[in-house]
Amino acid sequence: MFALGLIGLLVRRNLLFILMSIEVMLNAAGLAFVAAGARWGQADGQVMFLFILAVAAAEVAVGLALLLRLYHRFQSLDADAADEMRG
Amino acid sequence: MFHLLWLVPALPFAGAAILMLFGPRMSRRPAAWIGCGSIGVSAAISILIAWRFLAQPPAGGSYTQQLWTWMSVAGFQPGIAFYLDALSLVMMLVVTFVSFFIHLYSVEYMGDDEGFSRFFAYMNLFVASMIVLVLGDNLLFLYLGWEGVGLCSYLLIGFWYTDPKNGLAAQKAFIVTRVGDTAMALGLFLLFHQLGTITIQPLMQAAQQHWAGGSPYATAAGLLLLGGACGKSAQLPLQTWLPDAMAGPTPTSALIHAATMVTAGVYLIARTHVLYSLSPVAQTAVTVVGLATLLVAGFAALTQDDIKRILAYSTISQIGYMFFGLGVGAWTAAIFHFMTHAFFKALLFLASGMVITSMHHEQNIFKMGGLRKELPLAYWAFVIGGCSLAGVPLVTAGFYSKGLILWGALSSPRGSETLWALGVFGVFLTALYTFRLIFIVFHGPCHHKPSQKTGMTMGVPVIVLCVLSLVGGFVNLPAWLGGHPWFVNFLGAALPATAEGHPAFGELASEGLVSLALAIGLVAAWYFFLKRRELSEWLASTGLGRLLHRWWYNDWGMDWLYDRLFVRPVGWFARANKGDAVDLVYDGAAAVTRLGWRALRTTETGRVRWYAAGLLVGTVIFVMILALL
Repeated sequence: MFALGLIGLLVRRNLLFILMSIEVMLNAAGLAFVAAGARWGQADGQVMFLFILAVAAAEVAVGLALLLRLYHRFQSLDADAADEMRG
Repeated sequence: MFHLLWLVPALPFAGAAILMLFGPRMSRRPAAWIGCGSIGVSAAISILIAWRFLAQPPAGGSYTQQLWTWMSVAGFQPGIAFYLDALSLVMMLVVTFVSFFIHLYSVEYMGDDEGFSRFFAYMNLFVASMIVLVLGDNLLFLYLGWEGVGLCSYLLIGFWYTDPKNGLAAQKAFIVTRVGDTAMALGLFLLFHQLGTITIQPLMQAAQQHWAGGSPYATAAGLLLLGGACGKSAQLPLQTWLPDAMAGPTPTSALIHAATMVTAGVYLIARTHVLYSLSPVAQTAVTVVGLATLLVAGFAALTQDDIKRILAYSTISQIGYMFFGLGVGAWTAAIFHFMTHAFFKALLFLASGMVITSMHHEQNIFKMGGLRKELPLAYWAFVIGGCSLAGVPLVTAGFYSKGLILWGALSSPRGSETLWALGVFGVFLTALYTFRLIFIVFHGPCHHKPSQKTGMTMGVPVIVLCVLSLVGGFVNLPAWLGGHPWFVNFLGAALPATAEGHPAFGELASEGLVSLALAIGLVAAWYFFLKRRELSEWLASTGLGRLLHRWWYNDWGMDWLYDRLFVRPVGWFARANKGDAVDLVYDGAAAVTRLGWRALRTTETGRVRWYAAGLLVGTVIFVMILALL
């Protein structure tokens, strides 16, 4: 599932899909924590997942705001259109 | 009464501060009152202190006023302290007194100048620094005054700063004296390092206790201090700045570049006379410098055509006499000559200021002539000042002081007949150039009608200095006149007496021969420059005459030599090193950084997905390395 998200991140050019891919990757990491916690019978995994949930929520809020600004600026959701900062 | 001593430098300093802060918004009258008043009060206090000093001498012949400690670093504790003894009393009196009259003169002379209050601010600051110089109880405090007068000299030479020539003259004076000051600073370091104190009196006692006669330390210290004195007093080989310093206003030339500042070197050597007594080499160096300077400057003065430059060379030459006197051990005679020189040279400069003003700032003596009837006061001032400078017997101050120096050169064990004879030849030169100046400017045919008349404010100081130039020598009437050497005895408390050797002939004979040399000079000047002017012109037009004239006119080619020796190589080096060799290292570092930037900027594509891929690859490599290790 992590690899699925990663591939999505690398191949998709639409910023919305990139954000969704990041969500997928975060969830994959969270799932891994929960699974590992269940396997070794420790509560840390679930605590960690709650953290990831909070981080993901914040990330989505910031990410969507940035996405809106980028759309205003470039009239497109293509990530490669915003390459003005190239060296 | 002595506790008022601190006011003597403090009042001029306060005057300078007020004029600098509020001068630009002040009208001329209050500025003049502050400028002259501060010096006047300070001169009055000096006279009160001198009166008290004579009536009731302080215990031990000296008085120290410790105000506070300047700094205290690991045993090094220079104080802000004033030291008054016979020597510094004489210096202080002459400085404040002559300054006051020159300030008074400047009120009218500078009356129409835009920088009126600025001028008085600088002049007051100068007087304050000069008094700090002569009253300083330790060498560091003295050095503060020493640099202070140097600064004021720079500011006043470049006073009319809109003309770049004046600025260059000011820079030259500042840089050339800096050469001497560096030597002097090294001398101070040496003295402190070896003897552990910098307060003058304990320092002199320590030198006497720790150093044997002829000790290399005493010689080194003496020579380094002599270097400083040469710079400040415009002695060979650092004399080149003084003639150019005449670019400043004439009262400045009178006060700073004739009467007071340029004699600071004489004061320094007299103050540290113990070092020179310990080291015959250093004292001989003083003699040689003085003698060489007085002759070189005398010849140079003969050929100049600018009225102020003639007086400048004559100043150099007279200070040469003072150094000569110090060198042969006639300490008191040198200080005596300092005093009379301050009177008559200030007089000559002030009178030349009158001439220059009335000639619409024309300074070439060959464009003047026949001014005797038009400017009677300036004429008589020149006659009296010139006679005193040349040393006309019995009636002038210069006669007594110069005679005493030459008698010292003959009678002291450090003197000899040769030294004496060269000094007497200097008297001949002095008479020749002095009366050449007077005859050309005031006699002969009249070329220009002078216009302006000068007022009383300029007249009074000139008259007072005339009187002083005549009677100033009577404080020390020699024994052969049935007089009493009062001045020499008074200074005897601070300076050693001139040692008695075995002179070849008596004092009266010496004075007689000096007067004879003077008479020959006078008659020669009269014959060559008044009666048969064409004869001197013919002499200057012959091959040898032209060569010598050019050589002497350009100050013996010293400026030319320094230009080739120092100015041009430094200028060439500066041009060659315009890119700055040291900068190559830093430029190299910058180039390497730029190369790295060029290589790395290609990775900054601005594409988010490439960055994500980069992160992935990096992580994979990192994990692989961890796994492999």
